[in-house]
Amino acid sequence: MRQEAALLREARDSAELTNAVGLHARPSVKLTQLAKGFGARIEVSTSADGPWTDAKSLVKIMRIKAVQGETLFVRAHGADAVMAVNAVTDLIRRNFGED
Amino acid sequence: MSGEPKVGVVIVSHSIKVAEGTADMVRQMVGDALPLAAVGGNPEGGLGTHVELIHAALQRAWSEAGVVVLVDLGGAETNSEMAIERMPATQRDRIVICNAPIVEGAIMAATESSGGSPLEVVRHAAEELMAGR
Repeated sequence: MRQEAALLREARDSAELTNAVGLHARPSVKLTQLAKGFGARIEVSTSADGPWTDAKSLVKIMRIKAVQGETLFVRAHGADAVMAVNAVTDLIRRNFGED
Repeated sequence: MSGEPKVGVVIVSHSIKVAEGTADMVRQMVGDALPLAAVGGNPEGGLGTHVELIHAALQRAWSEAGVVVLVDLGGAETNSEMAIERMPATQRDRIVICNAPIVEGAIMAATESSGGSPLEVVRHAAEELMAGR
């Protein structure tokens, strides 16, 4: 039981930024707000090997300046890591609910 | 809006247009989940800042979680400090002026507040803007 929980504590996935403006101000706010709803540490990167950015920090997320067509890699550590990664990649795939 | 109180955000500009425009951006980008007040100009409708008007804005945006104040130029800060002095002693220590650009700082602070972060974290989010450049 304990071991199973431990196995679920890490998750990662990626999704392409398909919305027109990429990771601009408004999408960044949505990503940050969503990330804050999870207990897990959530990080994103434009490369599979990082550098990783704290998804709960709007200032840091906006500094990534990722544009349309770039892939956003998402990883999470914590009890709700799987749900967190799923929610974040889902938001990206839904174009952040915009355009 | 539910659960714990969220940190309030007060925007103080010499121009009511700047203050209200900034508040519009906060509402549209971040939402209505936090207490927000915008104030600017003098009572005659001109440019300036006014202690009484700022004091009223602090009261509108007051939250048990505290309030962060974003200001533009010099007088906005000193008048905000005087307005904070007029708040009850039990509230004053939970009202802080951020060393951050007014528009960006308001968005950063509001986003942090909407996530339920405490006062010092909200303030840090706004001030982090200047620190990392």
